[in-house]
Amino acid sequence: MVLVGVSLIVFSLIHLVRGDPVRLALGTRYSQETYDALRHRNGLDLPLVQQYVTWVGRALTGDLGVSFRSGGTVTSLIGERLPATLTLAFAAVFLALLIAVPLGTVSALRPRSFIDRFATVISQIGISVPDFWLAIVLILVFAGTLGWLPTGGYVPLTEDPLGWLERLVLPAVATGVVSGSVLTRFVRSSVLEAMGSDHVRTAQAKGLPERQVFTWHVLRNALLPLVTVTGVQLAYLLSGVVVVEIVFSWPGLGQLALQAVRSRDYPVLQGAILLFALVFLVINLLVDLLYSRIDPRIRR
Amino acid sequence: MTAVPTPGGTPAAPTPGSPIVTRPVRPRWRETLGLLARDPTAAIAAVVLLAIIVVAIFDTAFASQGPNEQDIANRLQSPSWSHPFGTDDLGRDILARVILGASVSLKVGFLSVGLALVVGTLVGLLAGFYGRWVDDVLMRIMDMLFAFPAVLLAIAILAIRGPGTSNTVIAIAVVYVPIFARVTRASVLGVREEVYVRASRSVGASDLRLLTRHVLPNAAPPIIVQTSISLAFAVLAEAALSFLGLGTQPPNPSWGLMLAEGNEFINRAWWLAFFPGIAIVVTVLCFNLLGDGLRDVLDPRQRTLMAGGGR
Repeated sequence: MVLVGVSLIVFSLIHLVRGDPVRLALGTRYSQETYDALRHRNGLDLPLVQQYVTWVGRALTGDLGVSFRSGGTVTSLIGERLPATLTLAFAAVFLALLIAVPLGTVSALRPRSFIDRFATVISQIGISVPDFWLAIVLILVFAGTLGWLPTGGYVPLTEDPLGWLERLVLPAVATGVVSGSVLTRFVRSSVLEAMGSDHVRTAQAKGLPERQVFTWHVLRNALLPLVTVTGVQLAYLLSGVVVVEIVFSWPGLGQLALQAVRSRDYPVLQGAILLFALVFLVINLLVDLLYSRIDPRIRR
Repeated sequence: MTAVPTPGGTPAAPTPGSPIVTRPVRPRWRETLGLLARDPTAAIAAVVLLAIIVVAIFDTAFASQGPNEQDIANRLQSPSWSHPFGTDDLGRDILARVILGASVSLKVGFLSVGLALVVGTLVGLLAGFYGRWVDDVLMRIMDMLFAFPAVLLAIAILAIRGPGTSNTVIAIAVVYVPIFARVTRASVLGVREEVYVRASRSVGASDLRLLTRHVLPNAAPPIIVQTSISLAFAVLAEAALSFLGLGTQPPNPSWGLMLAEGNEFINRAWWLAFFPGIAIVVTVLCFNLLGDGLRDVLDPRQRTLMAGGGR
C-alpha cells in the first residue's frame, strides 16, 4: 500500500516539472529524432495512466529508464554508484556503534560522573553539528594542516586496500558522529532502564557476581532494542550521506542524485529516489522482523 | 486528598516539593517558564536563542559594513579588530554576513516548522479524534511521505519547483508534516477518552469546542517539544540544502551557502567556513537543549523514560 503511494509520488515527479522535461534537459540544440527517441524510450509519449503502468512494470523488472544526459540506463548508473554509498553508510554505522556502546554503557554505570557528563555534552554537540561542516573541518585539519589523509576521492577496496581505508576514514567519521551521538544517548538510557528493572534486582538479590549480572541481565536486555535503533540509523545514513559525499567527492548515489537535479536528468533522479525509498522501507521492515525474532515477547 | 478551602475561597497552595506529576500536564505558561528557569541548561539555551533572534531582527544595527558590500582591497583578510570574523574573497565582512545569515536561516526555520506545525497538527488532530476511515486515509498519506528519506524528499521538491528561499520553506515543511501529524495523533489518542472530554461531550459540546477547548490544549505538550526539536533540524536542513546550491541563492547569505562559498577557499582562508558553521552549531544546540528542557517540564513521562526509571 505504502509502496504504491511511493511509486505514485516518484512517478509524478517528472510530470510536476513546469514545461517539457525532455526539452528542458536537452537544452536548445538537439535533433527531433533524439527528442522523439528519448521520449519514446522513457515512455513519455503514452497516455498518463498507461505511462504509469509501463513505468511500474519496467521498474519491477529493474528497468528504470534511460538518462537524458548520458544515454545510459538508469539502472547501470545507479549500480555503479551503489557500492560507494553502501561502503560509507556501513562504515559510519560501524564507527557509531564503536563509540556508542562503550561510551553509553560506561556513562550509565557511573551516572553523574565526569565521564557521564562528558558523554552527555559531547553527544549533545554531536547531534547539533552539521555533518558536512564537520567534513570541511576534518579536511582542513587532517588533510590540510596535518596532511595525514587525502582530501577525498574513492578507490575500490580490491585495487588499493590502504588507499581505500585512507579515503574512507574522514567521510565515515563525518557521517558517523551524528549517529554515534544518537546511539550513545540511547545506549545510556537503555542500560539505565535495564539496571532498574526487577529481574536485575532479583539477580543481585540472589547474590550473583556483579559481572555476571551485568553481562547476562543488564547488557543483554539493554542492547536488544539497540538493533532497532541501529537499523533506523542505517536507513537515515544511507540518505544522509548525500551532502558529505559532495564534500569528499565520494562517487556515491547522493552525488548522482545531485548531478541529476542540476542537469535536470529526471529519470536518474526518479531512479535514485525510488531506490532510496525502497531501501528505507526494506530496512525498516527487516528491523521489525529481526526484532521479533530476537525478542520473544513481541512474538505472539 | 481533598483540598481544604482556605478563607477567601483560594485553594490551598501546593506544598513545596509536591509529588511529581506523572502524566503530561496542560501547559500553563507562567508555571512552565518558572520551571524552565530552574533548569540552568535550558534557561541559558533560551537566553542565547533570544539573543540570536534579536541580533537577526536588528541585523544591520550590529554590523559596521553592509553584508553585501564589497571591498576588493581587503579580500580574504584573517580575523582582526575591524573584521572580527575576517573577510571573504570579495572583501565582504564575514561577521555582517553571519548576522544576516542568521535572519535568513531563522526565517526559513520558523516559517517551515510553523507551516508543518499547522498542517501536521491539524491532520493528527483529525486522525486521532475521529479515528476510523479519517484516521486510515490521513495517516496512510503521512506514511507515504514518511517513507522518503528527509533530505532526498526536500531535494526532489526543490528539483521540481526550482531552487530558492520560499521553495526551501515548502520543501522542509513537507518533510516535517508527517512527524507533527504522528506526534499529535499519538497525543490525541491519549486524551480522547479522558473523563473530562467525555463529560464535555455528554453535556452536548460540539466537536469544534471539544477539539479546541479540551483535546488540543491537553495534547499540546509533546507538540511543543517537537516544535523546538524540529526547529533545530530545520536550521540544519536549510544549511544542507543551501550548501548544495538548492536553497537560498547568492548574493544573500545563509549559513549553509556561506559554508559552500568558504569550502572553495578552505586551504587559504579557514575563517570563511569556520564561523558560519559555529553559528549553525550554537543555534541548533540551543534549540535541542531547549527542547530537552521543555520535555522535562511539560512531558515528565518522557523524562522518566529517558532517565531510566529515575535511578
